[in-house]
Amino acid sequence: MENENKKVLEVEDLRISFDTYAGEVQAIRGISFDVKEGEVVAIVGESGSGKSVTSQGIMKLLPTPPARYKSGAIRLEGKDITGYNRKQMEKLKGSKMAMIFQDPMTSLNPTMKVGRQIAEGLKKHTNLSKDKIHSRVIELLTMVGIPDPDDRANRYPHEFSGGMRQRVMIAIALACEPKLLIADEPTTALDVTIQAQILKLMDKLNEETGTSIILITHDLGVVAKMADRIIVMYAGKPVETGNKHDIFYNPKHPYTWGLLGALPRVDTDKKEPLKSISGTPPDLISPPKGCAFANRCEHAMEVCLEHDPAMQEYGEGHTAACWLHHPNAKEYLDQIMEKHSFGVGGEKYANQNAGG
Amino acid sequence: MRTKMLEVEGLKKHFHLSGGGVLKAVDDVSFYVYEGETLGIVGESGCGKSTTGRAVKGIYGITEGKVTFNGKNITSMNKRERKQFARDAQMIFQDPYSSLNPRMTVGELIGEGIDIHGLMRGKKKVKRIYELLDLVGLNKEHINRFPHEFSGGQRQRIGIARALAVDPKFIVCDEPISALDVSIQAQVINLLEDLQREFQLTYLFIAHDLSMVRHISDRVGVMYLGKLIEMASTEELFTNPMHPYTKALISAIPVPDPIQEEKRETIYLKGDLPSPMNVPSGCPFRNRCPIATKECAEEVPAFEEKTDGHRVACIHV
Amino acid sequence: MDIAKEKFRHVGKDNEKGELITRKSDSFWKDVWRRLSGNKAAMFSLVFLVLLLIMAIVGPMMTPQSYNVNDLMNTNQSPGKEHWFGTDSLGRELWDRVWIGARVSIAIGFMAAIFQTIIGLIIGGIAGFYGGRLDMFIMRFIDVMISIPYLIFVILIMVIMGSGIVPIVIAIALTGWLEMARLVRGQIMQLKNEEFIISAVSLGAGSLRLIFKHLIPNTLGVVIVSLTVAIPNAIFAEAFLSFIGIGIKPPMTSWGQLADIGMQVMQVYPYQLLIPAVFISLTMLALQLFGDGLRDALDPKLRK
Ligand SMILES: Nc1ncnc2c1ncn2[C@@H]1O[C@H](COP(=O)(O)OP(=O)(O)OP(=O)(O)O)[C@@H](O)[C@H]1O
Ligand SMILES: Nc1ncnc2c1ncn2[C@@H]1O[C@H](COP(=O)(O)OP(=O)(O)OP(=O)(O)O)[C@@H](O)[C@H]1O
Ligand code: SF4
Ligand SMILES: [Mg+2]
Ligand SMILES: [Mg+2]
Repeated sequence: MENENKKVLEVEDLRISFDTYAGEVQAIRGISFDVKEGEVVAIVGESGSGKSVTSQGIMKLLPTPPARYKSGAIRLEGKDITGYNRKQMEKLKGSKMAMIFQDPMTSLNPTMKVGRQIAEGLKKHTNLSKDKIHSRVIELLTMVGIPDPDDRANRYPHEFSGGMRQRVMIAIALACEPKLLIADEPTTALDVTIQAQILKLMDKLNEETGTSIILITHDLGVVAKMADRIIVMYAGKPVETGNKHDIFYNPKHPYTWGLLGALPRVDTDKKEPLKSISGTPPDLISPPKGCAFANRCEHAMEVCLEHDPAMQEYGEGHTAACWLHHPNAKEYLDQIMEKHSFGVGGEKYANQNAGG
Repeated sequence: MRTKMLEVEGLKKHFHLSGGGVLKAVDDVSFYVYEGETLGIVGESGCGKSTTGRAVKGIYGITEGKVTFNGKNITSMNKRERKQFARDAQMIFQDPYSSLNPRMTVGELIGEGIDIHGLMRGKKKVKRIYELLDLVGLNKEHINRFPHEFSGGQRQRIGIARALAVDPKFIVCDEPISALDVSIQAQVINLLEDLQREFQLTYLFIAHDLSMVRHISDRVGVMYLGKLIEMASTEELFTNPMHPYTKALISAIPVPDPIQEEKRETIYLKGDLPSPMNVPSGCPFRNRCPIATKECAEEVPAFEEKTDGHRVACIHV
Repeated sequence: MDIAKEKFRHVGKDNEKGELITRKSDSFWKDVWRRLSGNKAAMFSLVFLVLLLIMAIVGPMMTPQSYNVNDLMNTNQSPGKEHWFGTDSLGRELWDRVWIGARVSIAIGFMAAIFQTIIGLIIGGIAGFYGGRLDMFIMRFIDVMISIPYLIFVILIMVIMGSGIVPIVIAIALTGWLEMARLVRGQIMQLKNEEFIISAVSLGAGSLRLIFKHLIPNTLGVVIVSLTVAIPNAIFAEAFLSFIGIGIKPPMTSWGQLADIGMQVMQVYPYQLLIPAVFISLTMLALQLFGDGLRDALDPKLRK
């Protein structure tokens, strides 16, 4: 990681709720993070933890109502865009930030040729001539690895396979060289061999054009491959953030422990049962008073049920919100750290710097 | 000698499409499943995994081939045998949202098999449903609730209880975890493993997540465009894959361990999976295969045993 | 932060609570009702329809006169204190006639709609469930039937069976089931590929169980919605038939027939046309709005 990089995006205490018949769904209950230039930030977490709402909230894609911004600030390259209206956002989209989704078919226009869809953004945000636009379209299609781009540009989305559609989406997103690309589960619907191609493409773009990426995924393998920094979310809040090594080898939060423990281990021959996290996440209509993970947490203490733990720093850029690391819980923490190793990679990394 | 619970020989399932074409979803697949083991089937979307699972369970009429369950051909069973087969072999589905009838309560869903096979009634049946709920980790109060009130993992457990209600011997698990969260996947996998131990179940476990398949299976088969292209014991397949497709597939899975991930070499395949409507001649994989030669186009490679118990369909192995 | 040390006592996870469903249980129909009751237009319509039903029952009893007794001393009286809706050219109380007409119209609407729904459900269900050649045959038959102008069909039946409530119901139902059958067939075809149906097949469920426990309950939503569309259609069909003079014969009456008679004196006594016309329009509107509301309430896509 190159330090002292410019911040492309800053999100500060963002809170978003949905007003539904059953009450207010507090989908995002306070998230703060920033994305530096050229950085890949991965957001992981359980289904319903608010990953998509966070990204759509940043892009102003949520219909309001039912969505409601309760608080928070969003800054793009230092400029406050929190209060931007649809028109102002429209300008930013494509030129400064772009988004790709899990299902490319829902965001591609089925009745428009692929080449024209890529050209649209260029027409809107640049004043290139027609010929220039065309050659840029071909260049983009080549860049995302679509064979025979001259012919393909004149075809409709349904003539493309899933992997190719996702490439087209990426080409559209990158047409105006955005500073920030938000990818919400870009490869979840794809097969692993195709996923590998798309991830390689995103990696290449990140290296070559310096585009920052927010990568939303639930696949920890993808995270290990792509991310510079990781945000682990649970019930509408980040519970731990850090770089790859922090999260995978020295995790602090029991939910992160649980996530890593639930993965089948390929590095040991012994066939052990997987460690599962029982129970289900809380209903965000009435989130618990204390730690949202407490009802599923093996290590929960009385305090966890009563007070929500605050984010604490445990090393540069490594933060977690859990009472276990409070000085008063040290005895218990030492006990469990002695017995278990929570990261991946087995004994090697255990207790490397336990206790932080 | 272990007994083979299920034997599949030359299974073909072709769909005649309304447009007039023929889609060879499963084309000449042969394998067997030993009693008490878990056979994993992996492969990319559309390669015919589900169709194989459903054909084996007797849900589709099969186009060609023979499926033998406990020594009996499933297509020539009499009525009583068919009913027994419907009880002995069960199925668990991928999508916990569409595999449960939204208008039935959990009790009705779990009790359905008991009713169909006339196993129990009245109080005894209710007691059995409570037992099953407990077995899959749900509570009694859930009996009158509707499926939409449950989370994905809970629904998948309802599906498992539903299958278990009739004391099956064999369960086709069609991607039972791919719609679930990582943390919930482990719950379901552990449950399936516990149940297997407790009731000596045999599983045909279909998935595209290779690491889970590696965890749960004793042997694994890899499918590509309607054909089995490699099959071996789990350890053997993952440490010594022989087919170029299997190699690429295994190398493409990102490992959730940054240091190992960095060290790993990924084999990138060119192009996309061809449509099952026009499978390449000869080896179905040849247009994406890094080591393909002219000969590969000539005939379909035989699915042969290369080393002990390790079968591969590739002429360059 | 100073939190007492004893608060850091380990309590572990709360498994019971972890699996608890906190939102209160809503059965499907309760959920539907919640959405429906949130729809103002649909609720207004429902209230109107209920009032209409009540009035159809008690309305005629509220006046001393009777709908079929001529009173030649009081012909063509305008609406007022004496005669609430006025009287017709034979001095019959329009108030009574409107409510009696409502009975007939509503009865015909409901019976015809239910009748055609049952036929459509059975035939469409068979076509969809068994598919193949049977399905093709049934669908071609329906195509042919639909291409015949429906009036020809109705007139033919009325000629054979004469006029009256029963022939009208039969005539309307025999032409109305076609659309319903198509709809049900489409639904069943779609449902047949759902995993929960395959799941039931895999458990060994027989055809009867599949049809009655799985397929029909899941088509019910769509069927109920088209039922609410079929009722106003049938009411209108009856009104139309009576209006062109081949429907209900006097002294029995229906809204359509009232409108027909009113039409003849429209220039002089406009209220005689206006009153039944307003009732027909309002009822149709209410049924449509209610049907729309019901459709939205039943649409699973809106369900969370
Ligand atoms: N339109 C909406 N109305 C009400 N609640 C909503 C709406 N959209 C999202 N939510 C709620 O917001 C929460 C966060 O949802 P979100 O889609 O961000 O989850 P996610 O982390 O992206 O999950 P997944 O991995 O399933 O995509 C969930 O509890 C969800 O139920
Ligand atoms: N009822 C059907 N009619 C026509 N084609 C079908 C039918 N069922 C499956 N197919 C086709 O057969 C092929 C194999 O499908 P199948 O569902 O077995 O794949 P799969 O390996 O299970 O894929 P996935 O991982 O996506 O579930 C696909 O191309 C599919 O489109
Ligand atoms: S704060 Fe308490 S309940 Fe929450 S994760 Fe930490 S130990 Fe578990
Ligand atoms: Mg999401
Ligand atoms: Mg499948």
